[in-house]
Amino acid sequence: MEKTYKIEVDCANCAAKMEEAAKNTEGVADATVSFMTLKMKVTFDDGVDEKAVMKKVLKACRKVEPDCDIDI
Amino acid sequence: MTRKQKKTLIRILTAAVLMVVLQVVLHFFPLTGLLLLLLYMVPYLIIGYDILRKAFLGIIHGEIFDENFLMAIATVGAIALGEYSEGVAVMLFYQIGELFQSYAVGKSRSNITALMDIRPDYANIEKNGDIEQIPPEDVKIGQTIIVRPGEKIPLDGVIIEGSSTINTSALTGESVPRDAETGDEVISGCVNMTGLLKIQTSKEFGESTVSKILDLVENSSMKKSKSENFISKFARVYTPAVCIGAALLAVLPPLARMFFMQMEPAWGTWVFRALTFLVISCPCALVISIPLSFFGGIGAASKCGILVKGSNYLEALSEAGYIVFDKTGTLTEGVFRVQKVYVKQENAEKLDLFLVKGKPAEESLLEIAALAESYSSHPISISLREACKEDLNKDRVADIEETGGHGVTARIDGNEVAVGNAKLMNKLNIAYEECTVPGTIVYVAVNHMYMGCILISDVIKENSKEAISALKESGIRKTVMLTGDNKAVAESVGREINIDEIHSELLPADKVAQVETLLSEKNAKEKLIFVGDGINDAPVLTRADIGIAMGALGSDAAIEAADVVLMDDDPKKIALAIKLSRRCLGIVYQNIVFALLVKALCLILGAVGIANMWIAIFADVGVMVIAVLNATRTLNTKKLM
Repeated sequence: MEKTYKIEVDCANCAAKMEEAAKNTEGVADATVSFMTLKMKVTFDDGVDEKAVMKKVLKACRKVEPDCDIDI
Repeated sequence: MTRKQKKTLIRILTAAVLMVVLQVVLHFFPLTGLLLLLLYMVPYLIIGYDILRKAFLGIIHGEIFDENFLMAIATVGAIALGEYSEGVAVMLFYQIGELFQSYAVGKSRSNITALMDIRPDYANIEKNGDIEQIPPEDVKIGQTIIVRPGEKIPLDGVIIEGSSTINTSALTGESVPRDAETGDEVISGCVNMTGLLKIQTSKEFGESTVSKILDLVENSSMKKSKSENFISKFARVYTPAVCIGAALLAVLPPLARMFFMQMEPAWGTWVFRALTFLVISCPCALVISIPLSFFGGIGAASKCGILVKGSNYLEALSEAGYIVFDKTGTLTEGVFRVQKVYVKQENAEKLDLFLVKGKPAEESLLEIAALAESYSSHPISISLREACKEDLNKDRVADIEETGGHGVTARIDGNEVAVGNAKLMNKLNIAYEECTVPGTIVYVAVNHMYMGCILISDVIKENSKEAISALKESGIRKTVMLTGDNKAVAESVGREINIDEIHSELLPADKVAQVETLLSEKNAKEKLIFVGDGINDAPVLTRADIGIAMGALGSDAAIEAADVVLMDDDPKKIALAIKLSRRCLGIVYQNIVFALLVKALCLILGAVGIANMWIAIFADVGVMVIAVLNATRTLNTKKLM
């Protein structure tokens, strides 16, 4: 299962940190963030609840970059 | 500017004005002590509160060693050392740099999106005699949409009424408009120029060409290049390393002075140097400019009708050394046409006698062949019928007998006619003259008498020869052509366009094997490009380092399998793509080298105390601005076209 989300972030380095944070979230198989298009592509593990996972992803991202946002 | 940017701008201006006022006031009333500190705190907090907040949150979350932390520690440190104005200035310039960066990135982002401004906003449908605008997503397959002159075609479909000229430049980079009339297929993203069209849709919006292309371009920056991965890995190691370096710079020299050199420790000087060090070291110039360069490069390529599916492929293109072409449909048009008709002169008179009187013998021969083949759907038969200008009267033909792999025998106006290859002639014991010109030869005999032959072959694309020479000029070491066609045809095409190596009579599996051999033969650093028309080349496209699909308009399979998609059929675009990628990579390397050199130089100068805070600010903000400006050059395609 793969989904793309719009994100809000200010700097490229922060985007890279968000990517790392999303990748390490439980339920996420892989994640890539494009700072240029302000998008995050998330591949979920099989059978997980995307919404719940994305909430966790957002929380993890806020931890590394307080000002970021993900359009879930 | 976005609201956030405007807010930052206002904060910058306010802080700058306050600083100027403060300097003027201090000139007349020299203040000291706590009051002075409090006065400096006003502009400092105005400009830096968010940085301080983020740095604080970062420390709480265990995310130290980021940009905010660097800036916070540098400025707080400077203020603690009594360098109030420097502290505020660093924060001020850092914010100016950030604002500029976010503005420049936003600008290039919208520039690139504008290049790809093909997304249709609405579709017109007819409802109770009125035209109604609905979102293209709501149109169903088979529904009729209306496209007025000047509007974008929102969905793929077939014209059922009207004719017009269509501008495909947004998709293909080709500026010459195409004619389209009833029955023609049209693709979304093109602009209807002259006439009103009624189109029956053949795909949903999500499956239409325009959606596919947009999706592809937008996702391309997700596939990161080696340089981008290098930078993000580099930043992960670099920032902590610099922080540790700065800490050592603040602590070690004073200790050394105290214990080994019996001198004053001069803590203030060394801490200040360490802070300068921190400001210089900010990695933003690299972190921002490199993805921006790739994004710009991909945007510029799409503008020329070259879709690159990822930064990694753009990077790989610049390292191309070998290029392998499929022949049919790639270097040639892929359409069989009658090239020549040879009539056996001695028998020409008889030909005239047998059939149509008073016509040039060539035309008669073609007509006989076309008539005999008039019921066949073989590509050769189709090209014969197309070449024959006459309306064919099928009633003249009787007793048609088709032999697979040989040809056709039939009775035309009562004469026995045989049309086919050499095997057919041998089988019927007809004394024919063998024709050795490369291509498919169709021999024609009437009443067991050989009358002549017709040469049918594929046509080489206009630009193929130029494309090969442009590729060689751009440093491609070896050009190879693979084809399933026979040796004579392959060699004549290869010679004509100057290709280095030709492999003919290959089955699809042999093509993969050939590519494997070439892959093992080239040296590891070079990349191998395979160019095909994408219809039956999918395995080879995937196997090659870079798969380029041609003439992809309308072919979903090609868009899926290839790494680079050429929107028009022009093989010359490959050399252009390589040029674009080389320039993009050139800019990337320029930025890496420039930023690292300036930073390294300033770091050394900062450590020995020659560079002050102002040089440090240049090394951070200035270098970033220059790198970003340099990166935006990738967008310019004019010089390369």
